[in-house]
Amino acid sequence: MNINLTLFGQMVTFAFFVWFCMKFVWPVIIESMEERQKKIADGLDAADRALRDLELAQNKATDQMKEAKLEAAGIVDQANKRANQIVDEAKVQARTEGDRLKVAAEAEIEQEINRAKEELRTAVAGLALAGAEKVLEASIDDKANRALVDNLAAQL
Amino acid sequence: MAGENPASTTEYIQHHLQNLVYGKHPDTGWGFAHSSQEAMDMGFWAIHVDSMVWSIGLGSLFCWMFLRAAKKAHTGVPAGWLNFVEMIVEFIDGQVKDSFHGRNKMVAPLALTVFVWIFLMNLMDLLPVDLIPTLLAMSGVSYQKIVPSTDPNVTLGMALAVFILMVYYSFKIKGTGFVKELTMHPFNHWAFIPINLFMETVGLLAKPFSLGLRLFGNMYAGEMIFILIATMFAAGAGAGLVSGGLHAQLFGEETSALFWLVIFVLVVSVCWLNLKGKVSTGKTVLLCMAFMAIGGGVFALGGGLMQWGWAVFHILVITLQAFIFMVLTVVYLSMAHEDH
Repeated sequence: MNINLTLFGQMVTFAFFVWFCMKFVWPVIIESMEERQKKIADGLDAADRALRDLELAQNKATDQMKEAKLEAAGIVDQANKRANQIVDEAKVQARTEGDRLKVAAEAEIEQEINRAKEELRTAVAGLALAGAEKVLEASIDDKANRALVDNLAAQL
Repeated sequence: MAGENPASTTEYIQHHLQNLVYGKHPDTGWGFAHSSQEAMDMGFWAIHVDSMVWSIGLGSLFCWMFLRAAKKAHTGVPAGWLNFVEMIVEFIDGQVKDSFHGRNKMVAPLALTVFVWIFLMNLMDLLPVDLIPTLLAMSGVSYQKIVPSTDPNVTLGMALAVFILMVYYSFKIKGTGFVKELTMHPFNHWAFIPINLFMETVGLLAKPFSLGLRLFGNMYAGEMIFILIATMFAAGAGAGLVSGGLHAQLFGEETSALFWLVIFVLVVSVCWLNLKGKVSTGKTVLLCMAFMAIGGGVFALGGGLMQWGWAVFHILVITLQAFIFMVLTVVYLSMAHEDH
């Protein structure tokens, strides 16, 4: 319990250990801790930034999607319209073509009829002439009668 | 162990409170003191070998453990021991930043050293009081105090070192302002210089003494209570078992020795069965306590429980005392840095 040299021994030991801790232990640990703190802060910052970037990108993506949808809808509309138009055009064309064909056919038929009539007339005129010739036999002037008969045939 | 008569109890306590002293005795020359009287006769120029060895040993342990962490320190994810060390370092750093406002690179490492070193020295108090002294006594070392902080030399030595730093920094930072502080406070008149000087000096000197004596007093009292419990009962149930057996062996009570041996075997086998998973832990504790109570008597069991209870309480005391010493050191140094 008496005070003795141990007092100074302890003081010297104390000084040595404080020096040791100050030189080799404290700065190393505190430095690495501070560095890690900075690293973590940077990391958190980066994460925040990335989150913001992500949000922006998402917004952009949504906008683009909306735009694309609108565009697509426009294209579909336009295509529908165009299709209708084409169908309409085709209808009109078909109808005119049909009409034209009908007119042509009718004209041909008319022509055929006319030709048939003509032939018939000629044939009738010939027949009538031949009949009259048979009936009258050579007494009749061929030239004057023919004009008469032709006249008759034209009246048919 | 247990005190049968007052004389041996007193002797037991005194033996436990005597350091291992090496010095020059006026009659016998250089050597270890063989009694308290011889230690007293050696005067100032003697050294407490046990205090020095334990405190240097524990300080080296602190340095080595923390140096190992510092070597491994990196900026990645810390694990294990490094994690623990960083926790302590951060705690100390926070404390120092809170109470020390000057710019001094030495204060924080100083605080760390003070805290961990004193904690380790106090921690020795939790070892069973008789364990190491008895083992050393077997190898011929007559005295041993394993708790350096129960030696006033150790605590006052640290406090004086802090005091020297206080005075040094006071002069360094304040210069003549420090002299003025000592002479012109609290009465700012030249006629009061002697009174001021006296009051301020007392105030200044009271700091290291209260610092050192507080730690010493607390640890000494704690140690004393461990010793007293050990003298009132046997030194714990386990120690009671072994020592009782040894006692019987040494003094030839063979039937008693056999009895102890049987109990010892029973306790060990119950513990072994528990480890093998055959007996539940609750049952093991109850059985061991029952065996110990039969073997060591109710007093031995009571002593063991009280030692344990006081040790649990003492964990708070040793941490708190280390913390108080650290905080006060920082505060005193902070005051030395403050220029009014």
